[in-house]
Amino acid sequence: RLAYSLSDEVLEHVFSFIQSDKDRNVVSAVCKSWYEIERWCRRKIFVGNCYAVSPKMVIRRFPQVRSIELKGKPHFADFNLVPDGWGGYVLPWITEMAGAYPWLDEIRLKRMVVTDESLELIAKSFKDFKVLVLASCEGFSTDGLAAIAASCKNLRELDLRESEVDDSSVHWLSHFPETYTSMVSLNISCLGSGEVSFSALERLVSRCPNLRSLKLNRAVPLDKTANILRLAPQLVEFSTCTYSAELRSDVFSNLAGAFSNCNELRSLSGFWDVVPDYLPAIYSVCSRLTSLNLSYATIQSPDLIKLVSHCPSLQRLLVLDYIEDNGLEALASNCKDLQELRVFPSDPFDAEPNASLTEQGLVAVSLGCPKLQSVLYFCRRMSNAALVTIAKNRPNLTRFRLCIIEPNTADYLTGEPFDVGFGAIVEHCKDLIRLSLSGLLTDCVFEYIGKYAKKLEMLSVAFAGDSDLGLHHVLSGCESLRKLEIRDCPFGDKALLTNAAKLETMRSLWMSSCSVSFEACKLLSQKMPRLNVEVIDERGPPDSRPKNCTVDKLYIYRSVAGPRFDMPPFVWTKDEDLALRLSP
Amino acid sequence: LIATFPNIYISTTVQYIDLSINQSAINLQSIMVFEKDLNLDATELRLGLPGSSEESLRISNKRALPDMNDDSGVAAAKKCDQETAPPTKAQVVGWPPIRSYRKNSLQTKKTEAETGGMYVKVSMDGAPYLRKIDLKVYKGYPELFKALEDMFKFKVGKYSEREGYNGSEFVPTYEDKDGDWMLVGDVPWEMFINACKRLRIVRGSEARGLGCVV
Repeated sequence: RLAYSLSDEVLEHVFSFIQSDKDRNVVSAVCKSWYEIERWCRRKIFVGNCYAVSPKMVIRRFPQVRSIELKGKPHFADFNLVPDGWGGYVLPWITEMAGAYPWLDEIRLKRMVVTDESLELIAKSFKDFKVLVLASCEGFSTDGLAAIAASCKNLRELDLRESEVDDSSVHWLSHFPETYTSMVSLNISCLGSGEVSFSALERLVSRCPNLRSLKLNRAVPLDKTANILRLAPQLVEFSTCTYSAELRSDVFSNLAGAFSNCNELRSLSGFWDVVPDYLPAIYSVCSRLTSLNLSYATIQSPDLIKLVSHCPSLQRLLVLDYIEDNGLEALASNCKDLQELRVFPSDPFDAEPNASLTEQGLVAVSLGCPKLQSVLYFCRRMSNAALVTIAKNRPNLTRFRLCIIEPNTADYLTGEPFDVGFGAIVEHCKDLIRLSLSGLLTDCVFEYIGKYAKKLEMLSVAFAGDSDLGLHHVLSGCESLRKLEIRDCPFGDKALLTNAAKLETMRSLWMSSCSVSFEACKLLSQKMPRLNVEVIDERGPPDSRPKNCTVDKLYIYRSVAGPRFDMPPFVWTKDEDLALRLSP
Repeated sequence: LIATFPNIYISTTVQYIDLSINQSAINLQSIMVFEKDLNLDATELRLGLPGSSEESLRISNKRALPDMNDDSGVAAAKKCDQETAPPTKAQVVGWPPIRSYRKNSLQTKKTEAETGGMYVKVSMDGAPYLRKIDLKVYKGYPELFKALEDMFKFKVGKYSEREGYNGSEFVPTYEDKDGDWMLVGDVPWEMFINACKRLRIVRGSEARGLGCVV
């Protein structure tokens, strides 16, 4: 009765306090009138898979959206497992939204193909455009950026993190008019050296008093860095440029002086080619730093230890394995607020270790850092004992990604698989939402995961398991699973078909170099009309091979939009209809 | 003149393990167990590539160490019984899972660094990691030794042409262009930096008994 008695305006006002998508979705399901009110006042949309729904459908339901976030390619595209031309084009979305959402002011894209045409359309269509985030995107050049710079008078955020941008030799930064002063966050760290003009950058920085986050690209030399810092001492986040130069005391003191003015600085990254002698220039800000990304810095353990010992407030650290076990021990004793640690390999393709980094470092951090929640760790050896210790020390872990570099590596102490170790992780860390496995693993580990990992949302598996039972354990046991990505595992038709219904409760499933047949794919597709079952196979039509031949790559995702219309020739579905393909 | 190497070389150089796909069959400890001269924290020693054979002894007239199991491990003498072909030296696509963005950063750095420099890998027995140094940076042997001593925390002994290195547990050796392992210091510096492919600091006991120079 309450739902009936409150007026629309009151309800709308109440709903305006509800920001999360999940809550909004729940609200909209209460009754028809709440559904109607909610859909008219929803301002922010998140589409985790751009092919799960069509732009027209989104616009039809939510007519007054101001902010949209879209994700395109599957995660494994980051590791070159998705061939070029697979899809994830944003233009159809921009085209539809240009007409329907004139007040759209935020677009956030991840792993999508963005053309200059799309960027020009954005610049032209949305009068009050404020935020453009292109994460791991590709397909555009500095021409497109110039269009954005020239037209978007109220642009606050331009973030190109890790995107691939073609250099069209246009001085795009100069296209920001002299009257433009609204920049708050600028991330151009992915741009090459030809693509940024220092003088345009300095002029831009000096006229944007609200600038809080600035991530420059590699090519900006040290003396320019100091100038820019002096122009923007209010920065909270900064990505430094190249350091490679012999120590010159005048450059050093200029840089140190510039940093010492930055009282708001909390996050530093970049550090490409950093020469250790310059590091003390940042000491004045270190005590306040909460986030430090040294993962491109090839400095060795002693210098890293010195640096880290100046940063007691650190919450987030990204670093190369040069930090070594003793560096991580120092981290554990100095940085009690640490929440996130990522250790990347300096020489991932070398069979021999480049640095003395083993499981001991991670154990030390798990012992010493009570707030540690998120771990990404590349190493070359591990033991079940270490994993069990980590699990018991840190039951508050929410993200645990371990990459033992050599596939099928066993516990170096016992020669056994890591079933027990990862089993301990899922058993003790009850709030675990993301897990990546590696090393030698049997079906047992999946039994543990299915049994204990009830909050797990994303699981990444490689070179693991013995049989379909492994996959079955995961699909039948992990209640919260949304994304599952698997490569090089002996999982096949049985587990997939038995758990067909589960797949509709998930965003997507990726399987490559596994043991799934095309027959099973077709069958699954027939059984589940709201799943798009796409086989990626560059060898030719899967039908042309013997029935027991397995597919190369398989991407299954739920969709209310039906099969997509932009599939390239190497993506195969059960439908023979050639009209669904892009013409070659 | 053919030097005959004492048996000590055969037994003490088996430090590298065949990492085949059938890992479960391997008990790492049992293979390492007879090494009394080497640091028995053998699990810290890193190992050759899957499919590579254990090294075979080479007899030559150079003062050299036995052939190390090196990167071109496509040897005919595959000791273990393997049903499935092990991964070859070629990288597995998309593994380890590192974003292209980061990989490209690493590559750029490598090529930038390596043009103009003479980078060689340096390993030391008992140390579970490698370093890379640029030989061009040093003007001669004394500087090189100082750098190595700092890097690996050891002391190079006193060198004499006749006896090799004295007074130290560790001896610097290098692999030359022919693939032979030589004692560092035997040849003039210029010749050394042009011939040296990589360095290895071995336990003195292994290098003892090395015969005279060519």
